[in-house]
Amino acid sequence: MIRFILARLVKAVVILLAILVLNFTLIHMAPGDPAAVMAGEAGATDEQFLEDLRRRFGLDQPFLVQLWIYVKGAIQLDLGYSYRRGMPVAELLWDRLPATLLLTGTAFFISIILGVIAGVAAAARQGRWGDTIISTLALLFYATPLFWIALMSVLLFSVVLGWLPGFGYETVGANYTGIERVIDIGRHLILPATTLGLFFTAVYMRMTRASMLEVSRLDFVKTARAKGLKPRVIQRRHILRNALLPVITLAGLQAGQIVGGAVLTETVFAWPGIGRLMFEAINQRDYNVLLGVFFVSAAMVLLFNLITDIIYVLVDPRIRITQ
Amino acid sequence: MRIPTRSLALIAAMTMIAPAHAQQSGGTLNLVIQPEPPGLMMGLLQNGPTQMVAGDIYESLLRYDTNLDPMPSLAREWEVSEDGLTYTFHLHEDVKWHDGEDFTAEDVVFTVDVFLRETHPRLRASLVHLESVEAVDDHTVVFTLKQPFGPFLGVFEAGTMPMIPKHIYEGTDFANNPMNSTPIGTGPFKFNEWRQGSFIHLVKNEDYYLDGKPYLDEVYYHVIPDGASRAVAYETGTVDVLHGGSIENFDIERVAALPNTCITDAGWEYFGPHSWMWLNNHEGPMADVNARRAVMHAIDREFARDALWAGRGQLATGPVSSSTRFHDPDTPSIDYDPEKAREYLAESDYDGETLRLLPLPYGETWQRWAEAVRQNLQEVGFNVDLVPTDVAGWNQRVSDWDFDLAFTYLYQYGDPALGVSRTYVESNIAKGSPWNNVAGYRNAEVDELWMQAAVSPSPEERQEIYSEIQNRIVEDVPVAWLLELGFPTIYRCNVQNLVTTGIGINDGLRDAWIEQ
Repeated sequence: MIRFILARLVKAVVILLAILVLNFTLIHMAPGDPAAVMAGEAGATDEQFLEDLRRRFGLDQPFLVQLWIYVKGAIQLDLGYSYRRGMPVAELLWDRLPATLLLTGTAFFISIILGVIAGVAAAARQGRWGDTIISTLALLFYATPLFWIALMSVLLFSVVLGWLPGFGYETVGANYTGIERVIDIGRHLILPATTLGLFFTAVYMRMTRASMLEVSRLDFVKTARAKGLKPRVIQRRHILRNALLPVITLAGLQAGQIVGGAVLTETVFAWPGIGRLMFEAINQRDYNVLLGVFFVSAAMVLLFNLITDIIYVLVDPRIRITQ
Repeated sequence: MRIPTRSLALIAAMTMIAPAHAQQSGGTLNLVIQPEPPGLMMGLLQNGPTQMVAGDIYESLLRYDTNLDPMPSLAREWEVSEDGLTYTFHLHEDVKWHDGEDFTAEDVVFTVDVFLRETHPRLRASLVHLESVEAVDDHTVVFTLKQPFGPFLGVFEAGTMPMIPKHIYEGTDFANNPMNSTPIGTGPFKFNEWRQGSFIHLVKNEDYYLDGKPYLDEVYYHVIPDGASRAVAYETGTVDVLHGGSIENFDIERVAALPNTCITDAGWEYFGPHSWMWLNNHEGPMADVNARRAVMHAIDREFARDALWAGRGQLATGPVSSSTRFHDPDTPSIDYDPEKAREYLAESDYDGETLRLLPLPYGETWQRWAEAVRQNLQEVGFNVDLVPTDVAGWNQRVSDWDFDLAFTYLYQYGDPALGVSRTYVESNIAKGSPWNNVAGYRNAEVDELWMQAAVSPSPEERQEIYSEIQNRIVEDVPVAWLLELGFPTIYRCNVQNLVTTGIGINDGLRDAWIEQ
């Protein structure tokens, strides 16, 4: 087991480096650079202004030199400096991380719990009205664009009913502390987390349902029934446990994206997370910030792939690790 | 100078209302800011969001009313010599920086001669006329020019010449000074906190040099990236002010109709946002003057204003905005006339080539406008392709002259010599900037006129020359002028004196107060 994990980690580092170089190259191929964007926003510029900025950002160096400087820094976990915001990238990411983790983490747990429960319930009532209702709802959430749900939920719950705040992370200027602050943030969290969670709830539900139905037709389930086990026990211990593998695969994929944030949801709900930071960095050609987000997300995806593989073993003892 | 009648009525209304109430102190004002500014150090950053927030923190020597006449700010009085070469400013005596140090004439000299000369490209262009700037005593500054420069009294605006504290910046690396993240100015509000991605918080400057001002205790700028969410923020009461351009144009009418909601077009006179399409005079079909005239007459600008700009703003008559000094309304007609467009097109060398049209990547309105223009052009016989880009890509293509037509808009800063001539004179043709003479217009005689007009000390003479310039440039159609853009400010009616100058909301919070 240990050797397996070590081997995977070494592989991960190599992949990470490759991703780094690839991202760096791709970003620098996009037209325009951060100096031109900043000069563009100023509404007036001259040669000297652009040269000053490029020299300050190190963009006057040859491409390979810039790449080398970046990779060298990244290996030492120094993600560089945001040209635009004049702050270290690590600090920027660290600032935004709590908001993003809260949003994507909540959505993750909501969706996986609700999705699996709904999937099991639907499979147990296959073909009956309960199944139809759940499946239809899931299909609806699956097919509706995220931004539309976001806007409509703001319109309903925030503008018309006035129950929940429609955007932001907390009430600005209220200076809540302690439990009051937790409640305040919680209220702000409901709409974005639900919006983001709905899509994945639908995906988990459909996957759990299909997988449950497939497993329930297998021979060992018949055996269990023949043994006279209660349907509930069969459901939970025999079917669900075997049906969870594809769900775990999907959860591993989703978990990898948790740190990357959710661009659309964060934008509509003015949620100060990493997804928005990344989106703004693309528009502003803030290379270092963008690379920083990619770097951390890539690292997370690799990490969660590893964790997923380990969970497989725990859930299904038939799976063995081979060297 | 002509002002839109709507603004006149508004100014009249405001002056009538103001004395009827006594100003009340206290309260918090909530505004939106978008995009999030890269920083608040106004001497280093000249983009719109920075100017809007930092305009409360930093000040300059003067402000300008909606007729662009100078008003006192850090300078309480000023004189200009007969020959137009010497400008003397008398500063307020009890002004302090936010850290408690005295603001003196030495700071002015440092700001102009050292700091901004190094960091501010737009001011740098005006400073070529400057012979010297000297502190006569602690509270008197004298600017001496090499030759008269007509618009010089117009450059003392906070965004153009923000006063920078000498005691913090002298001898440092300006761009990397750690104090950049906690800006120190003389303005009515002090920087308190900036939570990245959420809000910027300013608090009242208790030691402000004008007694009783500012009236507001606190100001929050909320960072809300989505236009629809900004409208919701106003509707649900989170913010009280939506500055020009902060919500989609199609939302303006609806939001303005909400209870206790006022709307004004004023506050943009100093900037005079003027939109046009660059026409590539360097090469390709648009190098032909008849093809350019065909484009000019083919586009239906009135439709664009009414359908896309909520009926706000007005049709440009040529290169100079009607809110800018020396505007001449009597230029040859450039109105929508498809028949005339077809005639010009027939006279041109245009041979059915596909024109590349670059929309401005600033959201829905501009995208749809480009689509409308494409349709207009197709109706008279042009073939047009829209080339989608993001902001950085647009910058690059425009700076490299890689287009046939490209949307843009620029500020005019109150005077043709500050904000208009830069996009028409031959000496400003150079790749690498989207804000110079990108079209590549060359006319030596007009260049000569620009030069004369800038250095003429007499306003009457300047008017005469600028009128001639406007007439001649409109004949040549180097670019296709579109609209003088209207960017209305929407706010709760109980917020008083929010927009009182030609700089509008950028320096408006000094005088604003909330009626309880």
